[in-house]
This record gives sequence, C-alpha cells and structure tokens, in this order.
Amino acid sequence: MRPGQAGLAAFWPAHSVLPNTMLLTASDLQAIGLTLKVATLTTVILALIGVPLAWWLARTRSWLKAPLTVLVALPIVLPPSVLGFYLLVAMGPNGPVGQWTQALGIGLLPFSFSGLVVASVFYSLPFMVQPVHNAMEAMGTRPMEVAASLRASPFDTFFSVVLPLCRPGLVTGAIMSFAHTVGEFGVVLMVGGNIPGVTRVVSVQIYDHVEAMEYGDAHRLAAVMLGFSFVCLLALHLYNNRHRRATP
Amino acid sequence: MHHTARTLSIVLLALVGHASASAAVAQVAVAANFAEPIKAIAAVLEKTTGHTLRVTLGATGKLYAQIKNGAPFDALLAADSKTPEILAGEGHGVPGSRFTYATGKLVLWSAQAGRVDTQGAVLKSPGLGKVAYAAPKVAPYGAAAVEAMQKLGLTAALAPKLVQGESIGQTFSFAFTGNADVGFVALSQVLEGGRLKSGSMWVVPQHLYSPIRQDAVLLQRGAQNEAARALIQLLKSPNTQDLIRSYGYSI
Repeated sequence: MRPGQAGLAAFWPAHSVLPNTMLLTASDLQAIGLTLKVATLTTVILALIGVPLAWWLARTRSWLKAPLTVLVALPIVLPPSVLGFYLLVAMGPNGPVGQWTQALGIGLLPFSFSGLVVASVFYSLPFMVQPVHNAMEAMGTRPMEVAASLRASPFDTFFSVVLPLCRPGLVTGAIMSFAHTVGEFGVVLMVGGNIPGVTRVVSVQIYDHVEAMEYGDAHRLAAVMLGFSFVCLLALHLYNNRHRRATP
Repeated sequence: MHHTARTLSIVLLALVGHASASAAVAQVAVAANFAEPIKAIAAVLEKTTGHTLRVTLGATGKLYAQIKNGAPFDALLAADSKTPEILAGEGHGVPGSRFTYATGKLVLWSAQAGRVDTQGAVLKSPGLGKVAYAAPKVAPYGAAAVEAMQKLGLTAALAPKLVQGESIGQTFSFAFTGNADVGFVALSQVLEGGRLKSGSMWVVPQHLYSPIRQDAVLLQRGAQNEAARALIQLLKSPNTQDLIRSYGYSI
C-alpha cells in the first residue's frame, strides 16, 4: 500500500476539488476503456447471434429446443472456472477451436482481445437470449397472423412487427449483457493472462490492487464499478416501469 | 431412521474423539511452487505422526495478505525469505521459528519437446509466441523472471509477448496447455524424481536472478498446534531434505 492512500481517507481527500476520476491512475483508466470496449463489442455480437437464436427458440417445435434452451442457460449456473478451463483447453493449440483459428491464420485466442470477446459472448449469452426469448413467447402468434393476412413477408414481419413489439426484451437483454460483461471476472482471470490494455479489465485490475494490498486504489475503482452497476440497473428499472405504464 | 441417526452420531463422536486424542490438523499456507513436494511431505507426516495438513496453495504475496487479514493459517511455507521476515516483524510469526526449507530454481519451460534449447536462445527467436510469467508483485518466481529478463537485456523485446499468471501454478498451466509458447516456472513443477517430466527446459543460470530462498515460519495461531510443529520438525529432517532436493531444490 502506498503511504497516504489507505482506506476511506484517500476516498474523499478533504483538500481536493478534483473530480473523482482524476484520482484514478492511468492504468485504471486504461482498464476502464478496455472494459467498455469488450462490453460494447460483446453486446453487439450478442444482438446479432442472440436475437435470431431467441426467435428460433420461440418458434420451433424441434426436439432440439429443450437441449438448446438448457445449453444457453448453462453459463448462469456453471462456475466461471469451469467455463474458463474449457475455453483455455478448447482455444489452446491442441483444442478444436485452437486448431481451427490457427488454420485460419488468426493464431491462438487466449490472452488476446478477441479471445476475451469470444469468452464474454459465451458467458453473457443467456442474459441476451432469455429476455428476448421471453418477450417473443409473450407476444404470441396473433401479431404474425395479422401481418401475414396483410401480405407482409416473413422478413418484413420480423423487422416491422416482431422487433418493435419485443423492444422491452431487447433493451433488457442489451443492458444486462453489457452490465454482465463489465462484471465478468473469473473467466477473464483464467483465459486473459492479465495483459495491460489487452485483457486487464476493471474487475481484474481491482483484484490485482487488493492482492497487492493497494487498498486505496482498489477502493476508488470499486466505487466506480458500484456506481456504474447501480446506474445500469436503475435505468433498466425506470425503463421497464415507464414501458409498463405506457402499454397497460 | 432414528437408529441410523444414532449410529451415525456415535461414529462421528468416535471420529472426533479419535482426532482430538491422537492427531492434530494444521492449516498450512504453501507457495504454489511447492505444491508437489508438500503432497509427499503431508503423506509422510500423516503416516509417521497421524497429523493431517490442510494445504492452501497460492502466490506468496497473496498468502501474506490473507494472513495479515486474519486467515486461519498455522504455518506459512513462502517462496521468499522477505515475507516470513515481515510477518515475524509484525508479530504474526512465532519468534525464532523462521528457517530456509528450500532454495528454488527458475526454469524456462515449454510443453513442446525441443522447443527450449539449453542456452535459452529461444527467447531471442523471432517465432517466439507468448511468454508466461507469474505476477511479480505477489509471486517471487515472477520477480525472479523479471530480473532475469532485465539482465538478459530482453525486457523491451519480450514485453509485448508477456502473459501473467496469478501464481506460479497458473503460469505453469498457461505453458502446459500450450497457450503460452514458453513459461518462466519453478524447476520443481517440471521435475519428477530428478528428471524432466515432459517438454523442454532451460535452467536459468543463477547469476541472472537473486537466489530464491524459501523460508517457512510458524504462525502465532499455530504456536501450540501439534501438527504444525511436527511439520516444521519434519522439514528439517535429512530424509525430507533429500526428498525436497529430488524436486530440483537446493537446501
């Protein structure tokens, strides 16, 4: 611990008029930037994969529906160590994913930014798919029947009817995926390799601060995370409330 | 049902009674590089005295932070001499209980046979992939790796290739799975019965890093713990020291 940085005294220094972010070190800010980049990219990819997957799950009568629904939900109950271990082995030089990425000339995914995004997509998949899937099931088949009777193509129906009707589910899915990816820790710790600017996200940076007993640094960054998570969930709550009132 | 419960409680009582009468249990914090030897030593201790060790592995710096914050450990087997000294100075260690149980060696290791040459020239080869090392702030073997890279003049060249394990244990797993091309690990992790288990290695010459003197200390909580005291005794016995040497340590 650096002198003069201990505990709450360092939290709100009486003499300082600087905004709180000025107290973060350059490496803290780098970790925050990286975390936002990973979370944004993960959310975009999840929207592209998760929404069609949710749609398929909501409409299909295939026997695959049950096993796939369970597979999507697994990251919620599996410990990050299990997911991290499998990803490390699968993406390694002898794993199926690793051999494939090497054949494509991408190289190995662990310890890289892309690897982190791939891991995050798996980890946050249920947080996108489940709310969207629920919204699509709640919508029922009636809107699609009406659209079909008006001769709308299935493609048109999906974008002009289904997606607008499922907007609360989409917003919930996007915010939860983003927030959950920001809060990711165990998987990153196992496949990230803790490289500044590449895989050292905020949660890992806080862990490092704590392990090295730099509690002042840990305090500041942890407070940023707490504030961020609170604002995310509050925004979601307010949005859902307003939406419920708007469509009784 | 009633009967089963009563039988069970009698059995449990007997077990507890047995444990308190003859054998003690010690919680021991052990530096990750000593994972293999401590298994063998715990087995010897259990066989000869009936005492049991509960081992927690981790990077020395992390174990130190845990002890400072009240973790219930009876003894610490560190990967340096500094940490036990600080603990003793802070009153967490039993005065006079510190001693060196092993001196560790740093190796550059790859899971791939023939990858690492006997001169360590692979570190300068253009085709070198990721290089794993342990977090230098908390892991003494990581600090030794940083020192060796500096003395070799390769700090800047290797910087973009470095990946950091949380302890020497995780560092080894990065290299073992092949995700890191090579890794700076402890000799004890790659030796078995005095021979290289698999892969290829370069034993980093001693002049490239400060000796990794690994000290053990009995902690205040374990001052009266029979198992912890027996472990300290056992670590000092010639037979155990031979066992420790077989993992590549010197004493």
